[in-house]
Amino acid sequence: MNRPAHWDETRARRIIADLAPLEGAALPILQALQDTFGYVDRRAVPLVAEALGLSRAEVTGTIAFYHDFRTAPPGRHRLQLCRAEACQACGCETLVAHLDRRHGIAVGSTTADGALTVDEVYCLGNCALGPALLVDGEPVGRADAGLLDWLVADLTGGPA
Amino acid sequence: MIPRVYVPGDSAALSVGADRVARAIAAEAAQRGVAIELVRNGSRGLFFLEPLVEVETAHGRVAYGPVAVTDISALFDAGFLAGHGHALAQGPSAEIPWLSRQTRLTLSRLGLDDPLSPEAFQKNGGMRGLGRALAMTPAAIVEAVTASGLRGRGGAGFPAGIKWRTVAGAVGARKYVVCNADEGDSGTFADRLVLEGDPFMLIEGMIIAGLAVGAAKGFVYIRSEYPHGFRCFSRALEIARAAGWLGPSVAGSGYGFEIEARLGAGAYICGEETALLESLEGRRGLIRAKPPLPAVAGLFGQPTLVNNVLTLAAVSHILADGAAGYAGLGTGRSRGTLTLQLGGNVKRGGLYELPFGLSLREVVYGIGGGTRSGRPVRAVQVGGPLGAYLPDSLLDTPLDYEALAAAKGLLGHGGVVVFDDTVDMAAQARFAFAFCARESCGKCTPCRIGAVRGVEVIDRIVAGQARTENRVVLDELCQLMTDASLCAMGGLTPLPVQSALTHFPEDFERPVLGAAAE
Ligand SMILES: Cc1cc2nc3c(=O)[nH]c(=O)nc-3n(C[C@H](O)[C@H](O)[C@H](O)COP(=O)(O)O)c2cc1C
Ligand code: SF4
Ligand code: FES
Repeated sequence: MNRPAHWDETRARRIIADLAPLEGAALPILQALQDTFGYVDRRAVPLVAEALGLSRAEVTGTIAFYHDFRTAPPGRHRLQLCRAEACQACGCETLVAHLDRRHGIAVGSTTADGALTVDEVYCLGNCALGPALLVDGEPVGRADAGLLDWLVADLTGGPA
Repeated sequence: MIPRVYVPGDSAALSVGADRVARAIAAEAAQRGVAIELVRNGSRGLFFLEPLVEVETAHGRVAYGPVAVTDISALFDAGFLAGHGHALAQGPSAEIPWLSRQTRLTLSRLGLDDPLSPEAFQKNGGMRGLGRALAMTPAAIVEAVTASGLRGRGGAGFPAGIKWRTVAGAVGARKYVVCNADEGDSGTFADRLVLEGDPFMLIEGMIIAGLAVGAAKGFVYIRSEYPHGFRCFSRALEIARAAGWLGPSVAGSGYGFEIEARLGAGAYICGEETALLESLEGRRGLIRAKPPLPAVAGLFGQPTLVNNVLTLAAVSHILADGAAGYAGLGTGRSRGTLTLQLGGNVKRGGLYELPFGLSLREVVYGIGGGTRSGRPVRAVQVGGPLGAYLPDSLLDTPLDYEALAAAKGLLGHGGVVVFDDTVDMAAQARFAFAFCARESCGKCTPCRIGAVRGVEVIDRIVAGQARTENRVVLDELCQLMTDASLCAMGGLTPLPVQSALTHFPEDFERPVLGAAAE
């Protein structure tokens, strides 16, 4: 996975200026900022607000509304685990419990060494091959506890 | 002739190793000194057979699946490049029963070829619908869509022709076509398959829609949980522009149309059309009160046609092959084909395009083969997170809009999710509320507060606290949410809850395990 860049105001301004002409530019801008820096830094809020003629409260409210936006840097790797019904039917909750018990990783958290962020998602469109994951954006189907052990070891560089 | 080998590049196939299989086939061929042409096609939708490898032979295409990297050497030894037998052989692709028994109209091209090849698209019938439409008046296009009986595939089942006519007749400085590719319903993946497996079809459908309603600009709002789908579709837009299918003069017609792909940001409610429009405009996805309808005042206040991916995709076919053929399929007021998506704990999960009207039992057992776990089927949820859980006694319900409504359920976007007998229906009912609490836009109280209350009340019932009284509270809460919510998020969350209570009451009456249970 590409290491996100550190906060850089000049770069942020450039991203914002590039996308501001789009119709309804707020989401594309916030997404591009998050793609670049790994999260939406609060220092970006006034820049976005100014470029789009919005209040800071509106921009902050938009960031808070959507599950995707994070306001702190994520781990170097990202595991998204589907917890919606079709994956429930295939035991995704067992995987959630396994991550917690075996690896001490709660869904929605980042490991202490900053290696791995585990997020829950609600449907990845792979509902016939559940439990479904995205690992750094790549799809993984029919996940089980053994596969999770391997993934955690691989992504955190530690033993399974 | 250099043998042509197909390995799907669809994300479901990738999730079970299609990329590794493709690499292994290329490496094995190189090592054996055999020349092959490797094509990354879309998925045929038979996910239980993925990775499904196909070979073009003198007698047509022959399929093998599910193929693992460890099978490759044996497949070469067996002569799969000439279509010879092997334990994984599925026979001629077109005769795989799970495919041959389908009625593939909208998804006829799915899995045939490289989804990003404009030549393959046209060779397999693409652009015929647009060709016809360009020779018709806008009113005649709307008339064809109306005559087909096509209803919106996003969930509400609203007649497409009526919506198109409204937008066509609305006045505005400009108009928009918005394709809803948020596909938030769990258990559904047909929109994703189109985005990845036949993106030009959607582009074609949107251009036709633009012609019919008088719009020059389209947006496709794709959920962020579909990174591959977004990438494929964005690439397809570039290719379509290069081919002259989009831009100032669509296919040389003088009519201009442009499409932009936008990514969602992880909010189920943004699948609801007015929240989607808010999101496209760059705001929080709060529901707008209707009226005005988006058809009259939608995106940036302009008349806007909002349709689901499958609705727009069906239009290309309807225009190409005529409304009558489409309307001739199906049952009652559910005309044409249903793109059924079968998932969860089921042996043969995947996408099945069929005329409306097949019973759930035929779907779950006949097509699906029962559960993947081998245990008895206990519940089937139809129509996503706002759909009902149906027990065995209701499995003879036919899959059409009206029959499901009569069973106090809904067909929604066509997802069917199978659960075996280990499912705890009180937990599923609790989840319905928890999901609503998580995804509520917060605009109205019955939904915002009600969903949180619902979780609490179910917890009390499960914990054995004043069960009778709390059942009354729960019923009243469901009634309130049904009656007083501003949109279907709060309004339909009671559906899965009440179906669980009605059909699986024993799960709410279990003895409490003891203090440690909390
Ligand atoms: C909570 C909620 C979520 C919805 N999610 C979707 C969705 O993900 N995709 C979709 O096409 N329609 C969804 N809809 C339905 C849309 O509001 C709208 O009816 C549909 O996009 C219209 O297109 P159609 O007529 O082609 O179905 C949702 C509705 C509600 C109330
Ligand atoms: S029902 Fe829920 S999602 Fe719909 S408007 Fe009310 S609060 Fe928003
Ligand atoms: S429910 Fe998990 S991928 Fe759809």
